[in-house]
Amino acid sequence: MSLRPDLAAIAEMIPRGARVLDVGCGDGQLLEHLKITKNVDGRGLELSQHNVNVCVARGLSVIQGDADTDLHEYPSQVFDIVILSQTIQATYDPSKVLEHLLRIGKRTIVSLPNFGHWRVRLNLLFNGRMPQTQALGYSWHDTPNIHLCTIADFVALAKETGAIIESAQALDGKGRTRPMRPDAWGPNIFAEGAIFQLKPR
Amino acid sequence: MTFDTALALDAGRGLAPWKIAYMTYGTLNAERSNAVLICHALTGDQFAASDNPITGKPGWWLTMVGPGKPIDTDRFFVICTNVIGGCMGTSGPPDIDPATGKPYGLSFPLVTIRDMVRAQAALLDALGIEQLLCVTGGSMGGMQVLQWAASYPERVFSAMPMATAARHSAQNIAFHEVGRQAIMADPDWRGGAYQSEGTQPSKGLSVARMAAHITYLSEPALQRKFGRNLQNRAERSFQFAPDFQVESYLHHQGSTFVDRFDANSYLYITRAMDYFDLAADYGGVLAEAFRGTKTKFCIASFTSDWLFPTVENKRIAHALNAAGATVSFVEIVSDKGHDSFLLEEPELFATARGFLSSVAQSRGLA
Repeated sequence: MSLRPDLAAIAEMIPRGARVLDVGCGDGQLLEHLKITKNVDGRGLELSQHNVNVCVARGLSVIQGDADTDLHEYPSQVFDIVILSQTIQATYDPSKVLEHLLRIGKRTIVSLPNFGHWRVRLNLLFNGRMPQTQALGYSWHDTPNIHLCTIADFVALAKETGAIIESAQALDGKGRTRPMRPDAWGPNIFAEGAIFQLKPR
Repeated sequence: MTFDTALALDAGRGLAPWKIAYMTYGTLNAERSNAVLICHALTGDQFAASDNPITGKPGWWLTMVGPGKPIDTDRFFVICTNVIGGCMGTSGPPDIDPATGKPYGLSFPLVTIRDMVRAQAALLDALGIEQLLCVTGGSMGGMQVLQWAASYPERVFSAMPMATAARHSAQNIAFHEVGRQAIMADPDWRGGAYQSEGTQPSKGLSVARMAAHITYLSEPALQRKFGRNLQNRAERSFQFAPDFQVESYLHHQGSTFVDRFDANSYLYITRAMDYFDLAADYGGVLAEAFRGTKTKFCIASFTSDWLFPTVENKRIAHALNAAGATVSFVEIVSDKGHDSFLLEEPELFATARGFLSSVAQSRGLA
């Protein structure tokens, strides 16, 4: 089974046997991988009913629901790790969602596409149209990504939410990671995305 | 199986002696760890996967239960009982009251969903089955599944309720009351003593079934199946004989039902459903019913089910989440209404198969 590279990078951050909640778990690729390789007690929340059905048929514990409206149902500090992978930019209220994640999990892992990437910047500068990239292949009017942000934007949000950034990794176009300083200017231009590990203050 | 020791009932009375009718399919393994209990709906019975001896019709859940089916009788030992208050061999109002030598009729104590589950638990004790791999069922069967998980969490390794609710809604109580009043309005009902008086409230029971049957379907399904088509005629008759196909269909549903179901049983079991409100037994907080549970849950609902709609099923999922339980929830797209859980629904089968395989694996069954 070949795991999407950015998911593989997240998987490496998960300790064996952890209780994990994957918010926006898609078809359950990451959860299944974690269950098999790390023996985690995994749960998922997923918006698409079709994906949920695929997950349950795979033997995963997944609920159809919406990160924006359903996270308040989860009790506090019951999960070792909460994952939000490539989903925060599609939420209605990213700040509220992040607050809930920090409340529910002892650790929170967030991965996101970087809207500050140089290609995005040049695209807007020279074409004068809303940028479409490989990672963000939607036109402005039909995109589910209603709250795109740059790495620097997310770092600022994490600070506002009172999260401590424990680690940060830059993602390149092939999903390979390298450690980065959250406040460094380089990754905000050159990284396609980033993975943060956070904990509540 | 007959029990001489009294079955304690929520109504405050004991029932003794009492009996419970059941069917089993498949083989119980040496560890006694592969038992699956199926709970039937309002008018169901123990014949989930074999021919019904009264009607001669195939089992009511043959789509789901059998060799190689999602509830695979090659792997699992499947038990299905007739509920207490029923009329297919388990103690109920049509039985003879040993105290009087006459049929119980309305002197049979009112039963609840919890009583049904207590009776099943007593049967499992007698069969020497300590823990069920899974308890499953739809509609009223799903209510029993929830009650099992709340009353006997350590005996339920996994639970798969579907098309159900943790409480009967006002609308559902209302529909039941229409059915009950139809039965009681039939002069042949005789205050419930029709057996002794040699009559049958067939008209009333038939109307009750017709009204209820509409709630099991959906508007699009009725439209697709019947539309405004006329039955065996080209023109409207300008009389009240059934002109429309949908009318004949309902008449047929009603008239076949009275051949296999007891009117008083219908009163008792609808009442049991009306009384069901699991949260009420736990201070009004549904999550409290499942506090600390280790049971793995999988809940399924259907988009066109307006009798037990998705929102009611999701309430259960949210309560389980709040209790920190392991829970999956799927909503299956179907236009066939409440009865979808009994029908050919490939996504339901995939869900059930996936869930049961994964719980069997974590229970150590190959």
